[in-house]
Amino acid sequence: MSKNTERESVIRARSLTKKYKDFVAVDGIDFDVYRGESFGLLGPNGAGKSTTMKMITSVSQRTSGELTILGKEPNDQGPEIRAHLGVVPQKDMLDRELKVWENLVTYGRYFGLPRKWLKTKVEELLEFAQLTDKRNEKADDLSGGMQRRLAIARGLINEPEILLLDEPTTGLDPQARHILWDRLFRLKEQGVTLVLTTHYMDEAEQLCDRIIVMDKGKIMAEGSPAELIRDYSSREVVELRFGTDKNEGVAKQLEGKGDRIELLPDRILLYTDKGEALLTSILDSGLHPVTSLVRRSSLEDVFLRLTGRTLVD
Amino acid sequence: MSLEFKPGRMVDPKRAVRFGALRVAEYRFYAMSKWMTSVLVFGLGNPILYLISVGLGIGALVDANTGGGGILGVPYIQFVAPALLASAAIQGVMDEVTFPTMDGFVWDKLFFAINATSVSARQIADGVMIVALGRGLFTTVMYLGVLLAFGAVPLSSVLPLLLTSMLAGWGWASVMLAITARLERDEGYFALIGRFVIAPMFLFSGTFYPLEQMPIFLQPLGWISPLWHSVQLGRHLSYGMELADGMFLVHLAYLAIMGIVGMRFVYPKFKERLSR
Repeated sequence: MSKNTERESVIRARSLTKKYKDFVAVDGIDFDVYRGESFGLLGPNGAGKSTTMKMITSVSQRTSGELTILGKEPNDQGPEIRAHLGVVPQKDMLDRELKVWENLVTYGRYFGLPRKWLKTKVEELLEFAQLTDKRNEKADDLSGGMQRRLAIARGLINEPEILLLDEPTTGLDPQARHILWDRLFRLKEQGVTLVLTTHYMDEAEQLCDRIIVMDKGKIMAEGSPAELIRDYSSREVVELRFGTDKNEGVAKQLEGKGDRIELLPDRILLYTDKGEALLTSILDSGLHPVTSLVRRSSLEDVFLRLTGRTLVD
Repeated sequence: MSLEFKPGRMVDPKRAVRFGALRVAEYRFYAMSKWMTSVLVFGLGNPILYLISVGLGIGALVDANTGGGGILGVPYIQFVAPALLASAAIQGVMDEVTFPTMDGFVWDKLFFAINATSVSARQIADGVMIVALGRGLFTTVMYLGVLLAFGAVPLSSVLPLLLTSMLAGWGWASVMLAITARLERDEGYFALIGRFVIAPMFLFSGTFYPLEQMPIFLQPLGWISPLWHSVQLGRHLSYGMELADGMFLVHLAYLAIMGIVGMRFVYPKFKERLSR
């Protein structure tokens, strides 16, 4: 972490708290986002990720604590802050009646950008979002993946310093997700700071330099995907399925095997540094799982360890 | 072609935060220009049909039965003209404060996307109001043109009539915007407003006959209606109908207060909803 302290913090939160009447959505969290990095908020639905994003967007005011974005105070400088933010909302919120290119131009006008400049910028962004041949179609007629790419292109129209993405690939098919990840990676290469929320561990692993794992409004852990896996999980995981009614009984027999054991409704997870060896010894002991699998540890395992729950229920 | 990107250089925040309301309006007018033909046809068709049916049809009957005296000493078409004008302004603004606001908060949630730029919640509300007034002004000018062609209003009263009609339009738009901003979903509410508020307002505001013709217990319906206040002003300004002492200012003040109070409720509600 020491290398980060020398870098410029573009978002700084200290004891950041948001309450809705009696419900505490964000419960006193501390974090920094540094210029040029890709920062992820990982957690299940209701963890407080979206609320945190809304406070960063400076549309939702914090209940208490400190928050600075690009050196400004969001409570009274929201519009100035947003001049340098790009926001890609969870629901794309495109103007479905307008054509693809019109969605981009009208959005650029909200930042007071000149029409002439927008004309060339729009073509550039259409190419980036791989939507050039769709430029004259209504936004409503695009596929889900294309609409999301249009929403991202729209979020880039003001050449933002920070791009905020709320659940960027939720609802997209695997191919569309990969196209999107590729585009986001290119943005990072351009020096754009990315902040994204996700409940997909593979997305967090692919895209994020640094992650905070959130649950029930609190930060459970912070670090790079590799650091988190190293600190909170073993190198490998053995997954065993004996059938829903048998898993619990077999799990008792497996106590003591591996570093740690997790019993889930549909499977048993055994954490170890040597997966194949452990699996062989289990099979040799006379147990016959319906299916077995040795895999690398993932952020899903980190989350399970930290909260006792899976990310996606 | 690769993406040329200079993060944070292109937008000047000080410039971006200014004129947000005008930019919201610019976008909406642009979207509206796509159905300009129907806006024009309705804008011009409505007053022509109204004047032919009410002004000429009913007018002929009224004028014949009053021995050519009309109502309160003026031909019926002149009596009814300021009322048609004020109701045109009110109906013109109505469409632009209701449906785009529902679209912005509920259907497509476009206001949330706009509020993610440097445009503030208050500027969005102002933008909606500018567009509503623009649409109202357009409808009113169309009516005025037709009224002039029919000889229903004197040329000298055109500007004052435009102002009083638009004042009624603003007062009404502001109250309707405050109400619409509170709706979490459309449950046939606009149909109800049309049937139980707009239609009765049209009938009970001294539009087609003097309000005093009504039984006294029904007259308050007119007193609370912005249409009646605007109609009284219009009749005074177009053909010189006498107003009681001080009533000129009372009518003006009523409409202005509606507008100011309405907006007082609009701004915080816009801000609150967009922060969710």
